[in-house]
Amino acid sequence: MAALEPDADLEAGIDAARSFGLGFWLAAAWLGVILLLALAANQLPLEDPAHMNLLARRAAPSLHHPLGTDSFGRDLLSRLIFGARSSLLIGLIAPLIGVSVGGALGLLAGYFRGRLEMVTVGVMDVLLAFPPLVLALAVTAYLGQSVANLTAILGLLTIPSATRVARASSLTITQREFVVAAQALGAGHPRILVRQVLPNVMGPLAVLFLLAVAVIIVAEGALSFLGLGVPAPAPSWGSMIAEGSASLDIAPQIAFVPAAAMFFTVLAFNRLGDTLRALSDPRRAAP
Amino acid sequence: MLGLVGRKLVYLVPVVLAVTVLTFLVASLLPGDLAVAMLGDQATPENVAALHRKLGLDLPLWQQYLRWLSAVMVGDLGTSHRTGETVIHAIGGRLPVSLELMGLAEACALLIGVPFAVICAARRDSALDRTLSSGAFGMLSMPPYMLAILLVFVFSIRLGLLPSTGYTALSQGLVANMRSLALPAATLGLVEWPVLMRVLRADMIATLREEFIVAAKAKGLPRWRILLVHALKPSSLTLVTVTGLNLGRLLGGAVIIESIFALPGLGRLLVDSIYSRDFIVVQGVVLFIALGFVSVNFAVDMLYALLDPRIRHGRA
Repeated sequence: MAALEPDADLEAGIDAARSFGLGFWLAAAWLGVILLLALAANQLPLEDPAHMNLLARRAAPSLHHPLGTDSFGRDLLSRLIFGARSSLLIGLIAPLIGVSVGGALGLLAGYFRGRLEMVTVGVMDVLLAFPPLVLALAVTAYLGQSVANLTAILGLLTIPSATRVARASSLTITQREFVVAAQALGAGHPRILVRQVLPNVMGPLAVLFLLAVAVIIVAEGALSFLGLGVPAPAPSWGSMIAEGSASLDIAPQIAFVPAAAMFFTVLAFNRLGDTLRALSDPRRAAP
Repeated sequence: MLGLVGRKLVYLVPVVLAVTVLTFLVASLLPGDLAVAMLGDQATPENVAALHRKLGLDLPLWQQYLRWLSAVMVGDLGTSHRTGETVIHAIGGRLPVSLELMGLAEACALLIGVPFAVICAARRDSALDRTLSSGAFGMLSMPPYMLAILLVFVFSIRLGLLPSTGYTALSQGLVANMRSLALPAATLGLVEWPVLMRVLRADMIATLREEFIVAAKAKGLPRWRILLVHALKPSSLTLVTVTGLNLGRLLGGAVIIESIFALPGLGRLLVDSIYSRDFIVVQGVVLFIALGFVSVNFAVDMLYALLDPRIRHGRA
């Protein structure tokens, strides 16, 4: 490639870098801090998030409790950081399951077409017939509450959209010249799928993954808010908001602190997903 | 058009059947014995055996399914084992509240989303467009439960304007009814409008580039007329679909909102039944919601075809 010729790709790259903007970096920084705190939670000098001190209920922020305490006298900062653990753990693993399974199904369906595609699309239509939160509620009700069950069911709910995205990309890529060329050269299906089709499906799937993380964090919060998510006494942002909402009139910060943490985290994942989408498909990004 | 309806209906049948199978199987996921779980503390061997016979749990799974399905076909979703009320009756009592909540929320979302979308599309890339679009993007990250407590905090705790919980039926006066639904409907509507606005804005910007808009401008038609009469209708197609698809989101939101505001709706029935381990009701409500959701999406598909001749004639 001639070094002095600014080619189209490079220009697009520069434009994208410019469009990263302050919002992107703030989002990345916030997620970095939250992730670091969640990972290092055990090493930090924090009070046990389940330790109750009924003499210091709903205490205002102090040196000992930087964010104050909740209705049971538990340290809010400690619960916030340990809550980030559950939110991020479920929020990252569940979409990872969904995007892997759904991505693989969609990839194969779009490439092989035929009966496989029909069955895959049919199964997804059945899954999509249930409003996601309703299905999640019902399944956790029957299976019982645990982080593993929660992750599995929320992962299952991510599968249909991942399948749809992967199938759409795989369908168009399969008809492109380079795939036909590879077929003409005698490359086998596995080789074409992995070397030609998969790399081109990864972009849209990565965008979907980031946006799904945001959706799953909200969904996990909703289940925990209803008391059907992460089992107590382990803290989760959703259950913290629910507990805090009972004392909204005397100590609103108990609900608003975890709410703000969740809002900024969800916003940050949405921002990253949107930026990544702008990189791969400028037409569909938010302004 | 009739052919399209027929084709879609033929496809709908296996989907609906699969939905019933899945709903049934989810219930059999329960680790251990459904009867034991339902009876809780009162699970003596005699009680368990009696409930087994009553629910047909001693039959093989496929026979249980067929038994259940044939009852469902005639509208028998079973009987709550706690209250003795039939599930279909319980649903019938709760459904109007949920429908009213969702209808008001959707109206609220459209009232905010459509004008904003039109303004933003008309003044694309202006400071106003950027502000509103970023606002919408931010709102997308706001879960309904978060917005709910925020609105409760401002409007009922600080300002004391509206009740934070409880429901007053329409029969006791429109004003009281609206007051009890104001905060819940506003919460759901505020969560929904960004979705509608973003879709409509994008479509509207595309429409405004079309030649017939240029022609309308050349004729000297007033700007508002071009925007509201010529551009809005052809841009609303995706909005119709999204409104239908979003019903699932709206329903999920309603489950939480009804719990927060103590509204006696379908979502609250579901959550309460889960709390009280009334699994027959859970199963019935889930099936009812799923079937309703499938039917609405079918209706939206048809509406879309009716609105857009390109789909009606061929490639669907």
